[in-house]
Amino acid sequence: MKTHYGTYGGQYVAETLMKPLADMAVAYDEAKADPAFKREFDEILRDYVGRESPLTVCRRLSAHLGGAQIVLKREDLNHTGAHKVNNTIGQALLARRMGKKRLIAETGAGMHGVATATVAALFGMPCEVYMGAIDVKRQAPNVARMEMLGAKVHAVEEGSATLKDAMNEAIRDWVTNCDDTFYVIGTVAGPAPYPEMVRDFQSVIGVEARRQCLEKFGRLPDQAIACVGGGSNAMGLFAGFIDDADVRLVGVEAGGKGLATGEHAASINGGRLGVLHGAKTMLLQTDDGNILDTYSVSAGLDYPGVGPEHCHLHDTGRAEYSVINDDEAVAAFDALCRFEGIIPALESSHALAEAIKRAPSLPKDTILLVNLSGRGDKDMENIMKWKESRRSASGSSAKSEG
Amino acid sequence: MKANRIANAFARAKAEGRPAFVAYLTIGYPTLAKSEAAIDQLIAGGADIIEFGVPFSDPFADGAVIRAAAYEALRQGVTLDNALALAARVRAKHPDTPIVVFSYYNLILSKGPEAFAAAAEAAGADAVLAVDLPLEERDELLSVLKPHGLTMVPLIAPNTPIERVVESAKGVEDSFLYVITVKGITGARAELPPELTDRLDAIRAAVSMPIAAGFGVSTKAQAAEIGRHADGFIVGSALVKRLGETGSLEGDLLA
Repeated sequence: MKTHYGTYGGQYVAETLMKPLADMAVAYDEAKADPAFKREFDEILRDYVGRESPLTVCRRLSAHLGGAQIVLKREDLNHTGAHKVNNTIGQALLARRMGKKRLIAETGAGMHGVATATVAALFGMPCEVYMGAIDVKRQAPNVARMEMLGAKVHAVEEGSATLKDAMNEAIRDWVTNCDDTFYVIGTVAGPAPYPEMVRDFQSVIGVEARRQCLEKFGRLPDQAIACVGGGSNAMGLFAGFIDDADVRLVGVEAGGKGLATGEHAASINGGRLGVLHGAKTMLLQTDDGNILDTYSVSAGLDYPGVGPEHCHLHDTGRAEYSVINDDEAVAAFDALCRFEGIIPALESSHALAEAIKRAPSLPKDTILLVNLSGRGDKDMENIMKWKESRRSASGSSAKSEG
Repeated sequence: MKANRIANAFARAKAEGRPAFVAYLTIGYPTLAKSEAAIDQLIAGGADIIEFGVPFSDPFADGAVIRAAAYEALRQGVTLDNALALAARVRAKHPDTPIVVFSYYNLILSKGPEAFAAAAEAAGADAVLAVDLPLEERDELLSVLKPHGLTMVPLIAPNTPIERVVESAKGVEDSFLYVITVKGITGARAELPPELTDRLDAIRAAVSMPIAAGFGVSTKAQAAEIGRHADGFIVGSALVKRLGETGSLEGDLLA
């Protein structure tokens, strides 16, 4: 088992969880070595998720920008509408293999909760999902989807009532029920072996994309760009290109209202070293070491930590991490809708915004591969509200200027 | 040579034919001043060792009572430095009572392990219990604590194999083992698990240092039962709850 990534990672958990983690690591190593496990995983990804997901060249958007070619890896076309399901299938298969009877999960935007509820239904396992009470309100359609799929959703009222508090509550459930319960973590964070396991399950994104690029363009992309909250879609994309030194790996953090405002979720760019939820990683925290509330227009990036391997890739320079603010992400969202007829998730819009920023100054034969990690159906209400608030804000400032 | 207050506290209790009473409070709940008064009351009421629970924003190992106390203390702005300052005042009044700084590792990492160890030593603390610093990760802190004369309190869970209990004891023989009675989070429970006494016997046979059992302990009967199989018992949530409700821990500490 890989436990540390440079100085990051590890197993910073209460003693009661050390045995379940050790059991999980052994079971995962055995599963990895078992061709039948891989076969079943691949089969479900093909027949149920609908993989492989296509590559789409953004012809009109690229022409409009007048520079590099933007190419999308279409994880939004997966069953359930995002990359999250790749991982939940893998973990549910492992849970079943370990004889666990019950799945629990945390969720922020609700996509991981939906993906866990989905596989729980597929495998006939009971499922409980913890979600911050604020997220329950702002992602109501996903709460309905989870309930429709038979999961029980717990609204977590305490702390900041967002993703980190949902994760705290999921850990409390797990520590109490670890004998029969498997905790399906949704990102490359948490104690070992989760960061490695989730990356492995998500690596299908990068492995497919690499092959598809070679088939379609006869060469690798110049840059592979993905948004980073916890960082599972980015790690999945990067995994395919990590050994290709010429492919620049670009992670994009949520800048919210701007790094300087303190209202953001950019742990690598705006945080410092800490320990939370089982891993040593970069964290948004107070001077005293308490964890800060985060902010982003996209609930799925709204997490104060980040996967430990991303911190390590940042330190070594193998990957670079930039920041995209709310307004840039929303502009990218609009652009993809209007130029390509694709409604992206607000999370993925951050990665797209970075590509849009970079494309104009790059030669036309440059390929920017963007992981379109999810679709934006879930974001309709939020984005309309966000635009409405911007309109009324600019309206009132115009009035005061007048 | 620095006195080993922890070993002495267990030895004193043993000489008196009773288990040592380890008391946990969330520092700053309901207020810092009330914490200080409550610690005096605990010591007057028979507590042998005081655990200073330092409030953390994300108390994922705690039950509802201690979480609520932590959030309230944080709302009042209580920090690790406040807890250490209180420890120094308690040390001045109670020279023999061991003080364990009890929290989550991020608070210590954020301050810097070396700066923390120096401050904890200066405050007269004896040991650290970091809930999320298991055997595999603890050396990064323990190696810094030791030169400052501080030790660590390892947690032993119901599912910790005995070989691991033995490993956990190594290098911290001047401390005690905190044996968690149940799989789960902190909080008073009406019944302790029936297999607990066998488990305590097995742990006590495996190590030569004192062991104390906690999570769910709130009554005299539970404490006495644990006392037959361990060197001490730990009470937390029941004290925190009472202190929150009445503002004081005067009189009998156990129901």
